[in-house]
Amino acid sequence: MKPEKTNSIQQDAWGNLKNFTNARIALGSTGNSIPLEEVLQFRFAHAKAKDAIVSVLDNDKLKSQIQKMGFSVWEAQSKVNNRDEYLKRPDLGRKLNESSEKLLKEAQEAFDIVVVVADGLSANAVNTNILPLLKEIIPKLKGYKVGFVLATMARVALGDPIGAALNSKFVVTCIGERPGLSSPESMGIYTTYAPKLGLTDERRNCISNIHKNGLDSKQAASLLFYLIKQSFAKQISGVDIKIDVKELLH
Amino acid sequence: MPYKYTIDQKVYSFPDLKSVLAKASPFRTGDALAGLAAEDNMERIAAQYALSEIPLKDFLNETMIPYEKDEVTRLILDTHDYNAFQEISGFTVGDLRNWLLMHEVDAKKLQSVSRGLTPEMVAAVSKLMRNQDLIAIAQKCEVITRFRNTLGKKGNLSVRLQPNHPADNLQGIAASIVDGLLYGSGDAVIGINPVTDSVDVVGNQLQMMDEIRQRFDIPTQICVLCHLTTSLELLHKAPIDLVFQSIGGTEKTNASFGINISMLQEAYEGTLELNRGTVGQNVMYFETGQGSSLSADAHWNVDQQTCEARAYALARQFNPLLVNSVVGFIGPEYLYDGKQITRAGLEDHFCGKLMGLPMGVDVCYTNHAEADQDDMDNLLTLLGVAGCNFIMGVPGSDDVMLNYQSTSFHDALYVRKVLDKKPAPEFEAWLQTIGILDDKGQRRTIEASHKLLKAL
Repeated sequence: MKPEKTNSIQQDAWGNLKNFTNARIALGSTGNSIPLEEVLQFRFAHAKAKDAIVSVLDNDKLKSQIQKMGFSVWEAQSKVNNRDEYLKRPDLGRKLNESSEKLLKEAQEAFDIVVVVADGLSANAVNTNILPLLKEIIPKLKGYKVGFVLATMARVALGDPIGAALNSKFVVTCIGERPGLSSPESMGIYTTYAPKLGLTDERRNCISNIHKNGLDSKQAASLLFYLIKQSFAKQISGVDIKIDVKELLH
Repeated sequence: MPYKYTIDQKVYSFPDLKSVLAKASPFRTGDALAGLAAEDNMERIAAQYALSEIPLKDFLNETMIPYEKDEVTRLILDTHDYNAFQEISGFTVGDLRNWLLMHEVDAKKLQSVSRGLTPEMVAAVSKLMRNQDLIAIAQKCEVITRFRNTLGKKGNLSVRLQPNHPADNLQGIAASIVDGLLYGSGDAVIGINPVTDSVDVVGNQLQMMDEIRQRFDIPTQICVLCHLTTSLELLHKAPIDLVFQSIGGTEKTNASFGINISMLQEAYEGTLELNRGTVGQNVMYFETGQGSSLSADAHWNVDQQTCEARAYALARQFNPLLVNSVVGFIGPEYLYDGKQITRAGLEDHFCGKLMGLPMGVDVCYTNHAEADQDDMDNLLTLLGVAGCNFIMGVPGSDDVMLNYQSTSFHDALYVRKVLDKKPAPEFEAWLQTIGILDDKGQRRTIEASHKLLKAL
């Protein structure tokens, strides 16, 4: 005989309020505690976010796809050697390692725009979101000479020395953002005009929250194109260029 | 001045006071990132020995950040109360640790020396302490503050209800507020972190919260955690109970937050004039956190925990209702894992309490830190034992706007239950009147017809 199922869960009578927010409300309780089903859902989301932190860029696929579009692609790495060091030493994640620096400089190239595809804190975010973004933005960039770099162990500011090494007027860094429980695959885009090592945040513009429940690739591409036009017209980037996401998208 | 300590004929030298403090600190990634941490365990213990022998008076003679270059240093030294310092003026840092633990040194005694202690002295003594010392001494302190209720009495543990929404949606925020109230949270403050820090957005959020508060006659306070300048603009246009600001322990850190002491003073005086408190007039809410100075490149080679304690010296100038360290929010390059976050949380709570502040802690972590909910359970329980004034209440621990994990409404019920803690007395009475708690303080079954559910 099966033991009778205990009915220990006290449901909350306000489940309808979940329509207004994705916050974890009306979870119910057993005693003072969260019911197991919700505890496991939370752990599931946390597991996903933790895995996103240690995920890696799919370099082979990304490289071949971007080359197919007719662009040159380089691979580069910061001075960071492993994931643990990456988390502890953001300063090293902002600098190119010697061999990467040499490789990029020896290319003796010059670009209008270099797109840096960077792992950041969630390579999965970039693996998922970068190709759809490129599909939207590339057709808009006909008049520009564009090159690509796949960057690993990268912080946002690594885009600047990469752009400088390839003599680029402008750098677009697409990077995995810190994963949240509800958005483990969120990508951000940072742009710098006249990139060089050592620039700080106020010299960059940012578009964040590109993921399936956030900005879609079409929206992100139109914001990015706006920033590119503004930066090339004013020959600057950062706080002097205002980007009002709500205004531009509606 | 230089200090040294010899172990097994090896002489460990430290060029100045701040290097002794930095090297005596229990290891954390932020000090290593800054290049300030001890090279190895032997250097750390040598620094701790050296620190234990340093007279407290040295802290009054040697500034870690120059007096003429930093207004926080000026504030610390200019407001140092030498009378309060008298009783401990002959102590070394080590003596102070032993003295603080004595039975005879009770809440009243601690209060009497509080203004004689500089933040650097408090940080220094904490570095010699084990976690249990940090808990035992903090637990002796009682820091009571008041606005529409009474916070911080022994036996009480309050909760900031944190109903954030990723798009600042007012109904979404209200849904989380109702959820939190029905779980007994919200006595410390109902406080929103806005996505957009604008006069319109913040004004609407304040209006909405004030309507809920008045409609149900809730004895608590509301706050939007916007920049101080936004609050100042709204001072006479929206219902402002408390003014919020993030603060740091150096002038340069505060400059990176876009504030300085005179702006804080202006906000404090302006908010006091509104006279909205019913049982008291503590009108400021400050947040702090280890690592903010280094992150703004504003740390002057002072270790991150000492910078943090200096922020408390600034906070105490303005008689705040609430101060909390956002301990695990900053990320693993400053506090790497559950162990470092736990230690830092206990240090921050201890230092704040000893300096006379109504300390709460945002027991929290980000997903790139090596921590999980179990670490938060541990720290939450330890802080409950230590007598922490308040914690955060976030629906299901998951802040869907700030993308980090804190403590939940359920966690607050847990810690109140296992440690026999109660909400602020006025708020507890309200919870009973409105049918959320029974007369034993236990949560009732809430029916769909409950009047709070008609708030939306």
